[in-house]
Amino acid sequence: MSPPPAIVVESLTKRFGDVTAVDGISFTMPRGAVWGLLGGNGAGKTTTIGMLLGLLIPTSGSVRCLGHDMATDRFAALARMNFSSPYVALPHRLSVAENLRVYGHLYGVDGLEARIRDLARAFELEAFLDRPAGQLSAGQKTRVALAKALINRPDLLLLDEPTASLDPDTADWVRSRLEAARAETGAAILLASHNMGEVERLCSHVLMLKQGRIVDQGSPADLIRRYGREDLEEVFLDIARGRRAA
Amino acid sequence: MSGSPARRVLAVLYRHLALYRRSWPRVFELMYWPSLQMLVWGFVSAWLASLQPGATQFAAGVLLGGVLLWEVALRSQMGFAISFLEEIWSRNLGHLFVSPIRPVELIAALIGMSLLRTLAGVLPAAGLAWLFYGFGLFDAGPVVVAFFALLLMMGWAVALGVTALILRHGAGAEALAWGVLFGVTPFAAVFYPVSTLPLPMQFVSLAVPAAHVFEGLRAALIEGRTAWEHLAAALALNLAWMAALGGLFLRQFEGARERGALLAIGE
Repeated sequence: MSPPPAIVVESLTKRFGDVTAVDGISFTMPRGAVWGLLGGNGAGKTTTIGMLLGLLIPTSGSVRCLGHDMATDRFAALARMNFSSPYVALPHRLSVAENLRVYGHLYGVDGLEARIRDLARAFELEAFLDRPAGQLSAGQKTRVALAKALINRPDLLLLDEPTASLDPDTADWVRSRLEAARAETGAAILLASHNMGEVERLCSHVLMLKQGRIVDQGSPADLIRRYGREDLEEVFLDIARGRRAA
Repeated sequence: MSGSPARRVLAVLYRHLALYRRSWPRVFELMYWPSLQMLVWGFVSAWLASLQPGATQFAAGVLLGGVLLWEVALRSQMGFAISFLEEIWSRNLGHLFVSPIRPVELIAALIGMSLLRTLAGVLPAAGLAWLFYGFGLFDAGPVVVAFFALLLMMGWAVALGVTALILRHGAGAEALAWGVLFGVTPFAAVFYPVSTLPLPMQFVSLAVPAAHVFEGLRAALIEGRTAWEHLAAALALNLAWMAALGGLFLRQFEGARERGALLAIGE
C-alpha cells in the first residue's frame, strides 16, 4: 500500500468573526513534493499554515497531514513535521546548540549530538554553536531556524517566508541548503513566500491564494505560459489585480 | 526514550535551566525576595520575643513559619506562571506548540520548574531563619513536608488559572503572575487563625487550601499535634482547585487555537 499524501485538505474554512480568512480550499499535496503557497498580504497563507500545523482550529473542513487527521490525531503527525518562520523566534538567551538540543529532545531525535553536529556543518553554524541565538545576525538566525526545522528529518516541512529580510546572497545560499536538505531527506515542503524567484526555483506546483480562496494553481512554467507572461511575478500581479489567464 | 512524554518534559526543563545558567539576575531574583522577607520578619519576631518570653515566643515562631511557608505558595505560583511567560517573551510558543509536546506535558514541565524555583528561593531563606534567629522550619515536625507539598500544589492550581487568563487575554494579563496570590493573603490566614476573620470572610477562607495548612502549622507549633483534619481538607481543596483550573487552562488553550492566538499572543 502506498503511503498517504503529505497533505490532504478538504473544504477548509476559517472565519474570525465576520472575516473569512480561508474560504473552502481543497488540495492534495503528494509525498516528497515542493509546493508554493502564493498570495498577497491577507490572502490566507499564514492562516492556512496555522491550520495545517494544528495551531489553529478550522471553522469547517478537514486537514490530514501524513495520513493523520489534524483534528483528532495531530501529535502523531507533528512528530514527523516541522516548521520555520521568521515571525516565530527561538529563545534568544539560549545558545544555538542548546536550542537545537531542546527541539531535538522535543522531537525525540535519536543520536541527537551527532545530528546537531551534522546540521551545524550543513548550515555553517559550527562557529556559533555556543553563541546565544539572540546575538546572531538575521541570516545566521534563519540558518539556525532551518537547522531546527530539519532536526527531526521531517517528512513534511512547512516554511513561512524562509528568506524574508535576508540579503540576496544569503537568501540564495539558504535556497541551496533547502534544495540539498530536500534531496537528502525527501521531505515534502510547503513554502509560503512573497519571493517569486524563490518559488519558481524551488517549487514544482504553486497554489495561488486570493481572499482566502485558491484562484489558480499549476507548475510555475504552466502558470507563466497560461498567463502569457515572462515570469511568476507578472502572473502574481495579474492574479492580484484580477486579470484572468489568457 | 525517543519521543517519550518524559523526554519532552525534560526538554522543556532543560530549556529553562539553560536560561538560568546564562542569566544570573534571574537566579538572584529567585532568592532575593524570600530572603529579604525573612530578614525583615525575623527582626520583628526577635523583637516580639524579647518583649515577653513565653507566649510571644510562640507568636514569633508562628510568624516566621508563616512567612517561610507562605513564600512556598507564592514562589510555586510565580515559578509556574513566569516560566510560561518566558515562552511568550521569547516568542517561542509557536515553535513549542507545533512540536509533539502535549499541553499536559507542558504543565508537568512547568510544575517541575516551579518546584526547582521554589526550592532555590525558599531554602536560602530557611537557612537565614535558622542562622540568624535560631528558627528551624522542622521544629514543627516532619508534618512540615506535608505543609510544603500542599502549598506547592496550591501555587500550581493558582498558576493554572493565571496562565489560562494569559492565554485568553495575552501578555496584558501578565501582572497577575506576580500579584494574584497577594490578594489571597488575607484569606490564607497566614499569621492569624481563621476565626479572627469576620464570618463572611471565614467562609471564603475555608475554601483556600493555605488557610488549612496554616491552621495545621499553628496546631503543630502551639499544641504540638498534627491536625489531620486540616491536612485532609487542604489536600481535597487542592485537588478540586487543580482539576477546575487545569480544566480552565485546557479550555483556554483550545480557545487560543480557535482564535489563532498561539502564534500571535502578546500584548
